Amino acid sequence: MTEAFVGASLLPLAIVVPLVWAVLALVRPRRRPTFLVLPGLVSWVTICAGLWWYTSRLGVLTHVLGAWPEPLGIALRADGLGSTMALLTSVIGSACALYRLWTPIDADASEAQRWFWPLFFMLGAALNAVWLAADLFNMYVGLELLGLSAVGLVAISGRANALAAALRYLFAALLGSLAYLLGVALLYAAYGSLALSSLAALAAPDTITYVALALITAGLCLKTALFPLHAWLPPAHGVSLTPVSALLSALVVKASFVMLLRIMVGVGVTIISPSLAQGLGALGAGAIVWGGWQALRHAELKMLVAHSTVAQLGYLFVGMALLLSGSAPELAWDGLMLQLVAHALAKSAMFLASGTLIAAVGSSRVTDLSGVSRHMPLALFAFGLSGVSLMGLPPSGGFSAKWLLLQSALASGQWHWAVALIGGGALTAGYVFRVLSASFKQGTGDKFDRTPLGWDLVSLLLAAGAIVVGVVATGPLAVLRIGAPVAGVTP
Amino acid sequence: MSAELWYALVGVVLVAAAFGAFMAHTHLLRRLLAFNIMGTGCFLILVGLAQHKRAPDPIPQALVLTGIVVAVASTALALILFRRWFAATGRTTLPEEDDV
Repeated sequence: MTEAFVGASLLPLAIVVPLVWAVLALVRPRRRPTFLVLPGLVSWVTICAGLWWYTSRLGVLTHVLGAWPEPLGIALRADGLGSTMALLTSVIGSACALYRLWTPIDADASEAQRWFWPLFFMLGAALNAVWLAADLFNMYVGLELLGLSAVGLVAISGRANALAAALRYLFAALLGSLAYLLGVALLYAAYGSLALSSLAALAAPDTITYVALALITAGLCLKTALFPLHAWLPPAHGVSLTPVSALLSALVVKASFVMLLRIMVGVGVTIISPSLAQGLGALGAGAIVWGGWQALRHAELKMLVAHSTVAQLGYLFVGMALLLSGSAPELAWDGLMLQLVAHALAKSAMFLASGTLIAAVGSSRVTDLSGVSRHMPLALFAFGLSGVSLMGLPPSGGFSAKWLLLQSALASGQWHWAVALIGGGALTAGYVFRVLSASFKQGTGDKFDRTPLGWDLVSLLLAAGAIVVGVVATGPLAVLRIGAPVAGVTP
Repeated sequence: MSAELWYALVGVVLVAAAFGAFMAHTHLLRRLLAFNIMGTGCFLILVGLAQHKRAPDPIPQALVLTGIVVAVASTALALILFRRWFAATGRTTLPEEDDV
């Protein structure tokens, strides 16, 4: 057995193993699920870490399921981006799972307890299916599985506002994936292939390709909640259970973005005109401003964090504009990759810390946080630490990401993005300090509920990860460049 | 006009009409129906336009089959959520934005 064979066999396992645990959790629901969940998490992280290790040593791994050749067979492909996102998913997923396991079991929430774990592992399998897909249709299947399990997780608490958010989320997701499917149908009609690699070679600038790419872009932007298509995101991320909010904001919205990125740089880069790419970037800049502004004025803590996600997703689209139309695409690629990773770590930490603060205070309003700094120093520290990365202060991952994007913008002579990048940092600082200053106010009441220490540890570790990624950025970045479809990017 | 193009054109009309209905209506059941018709139009385009080289092509058929499974599953999920929402609030429409 060669190393390459072992590495490539990890590809299907990364999807199958979470699915197996989803089925196990479905047929063997437990009141105390720890002994079912922990082995699942360990196997999931081990496989994804192995995949990352083999990708970093051997380069791009591919696996053709059942040895059926393309186009009828299903091919999986792990490049640096795919295997890094898979590893990140397993790590953040495990952190959220531990947070959930440490949550005291609520007697009247037994039904939620029952459905959480099957949906959770299904979400993990679907995310890996998207990260590792090699053709447009597998991406579609992964995206649909992801949408269905994410909507289920949002609705799990069964409260009316969660149901409304889930329904709104479901309609947006369905509309987005139909537009995507229509675009895929047109591409297949024009080129007779669904594999990204062959489409990249075939694609020509004609009407049908433009219409197809427009439909795909619109659908995926709706799913990524790009401003002004973001209205479904804040309620869905704001009202769900805390670990679910963290998973949705950190990973799920990135799935459709990574798909769009792969299609844009793979198929669209020779077709999309610079002004269209700049248009996408402009929407991203709009998201930075609008999301930041909404986060500044929202009364509820989790809604503030959810609007911050809208803003941070804007940076991804600014990065994409620089990638497609700038003269320093290699810097934009690095910045984009770091933003994906650092935001995932920081945002999951921030949601988990917010959930802890809300549980301790017994209220979800920012103004009710007064006095919490003395009682919940660890959770507040985790919140602040993740805020440092989101603002882009050195030495965090968010800083390195925004610095690279800024350099790419300046090297391309596109000064207008520098304004958006720096202004966004100021807005982020505004809403992070709004939470911190409310927490340091002298409280009137001193009644705080005790929260599990594990909650603090999980969010602290994730926030520390967002900082450390900035310090040791060269290692992950070298892996993230493996198989990158951008000129001038070599590992 | 070839049969394939005819299917595709009918599909386009269905998608456009259903998209209009999806946007115009607020009743959740009507929106769900509109979504299903939009899906059907999309499948017609897939089997019509995407039949490559005018011979029976397994790929679009596989795509449509998967698409139908996804559409049935999403419709079921939407119906369950809608029933729960109706039971909890007695409303058939979603509240206005920012009304969380």
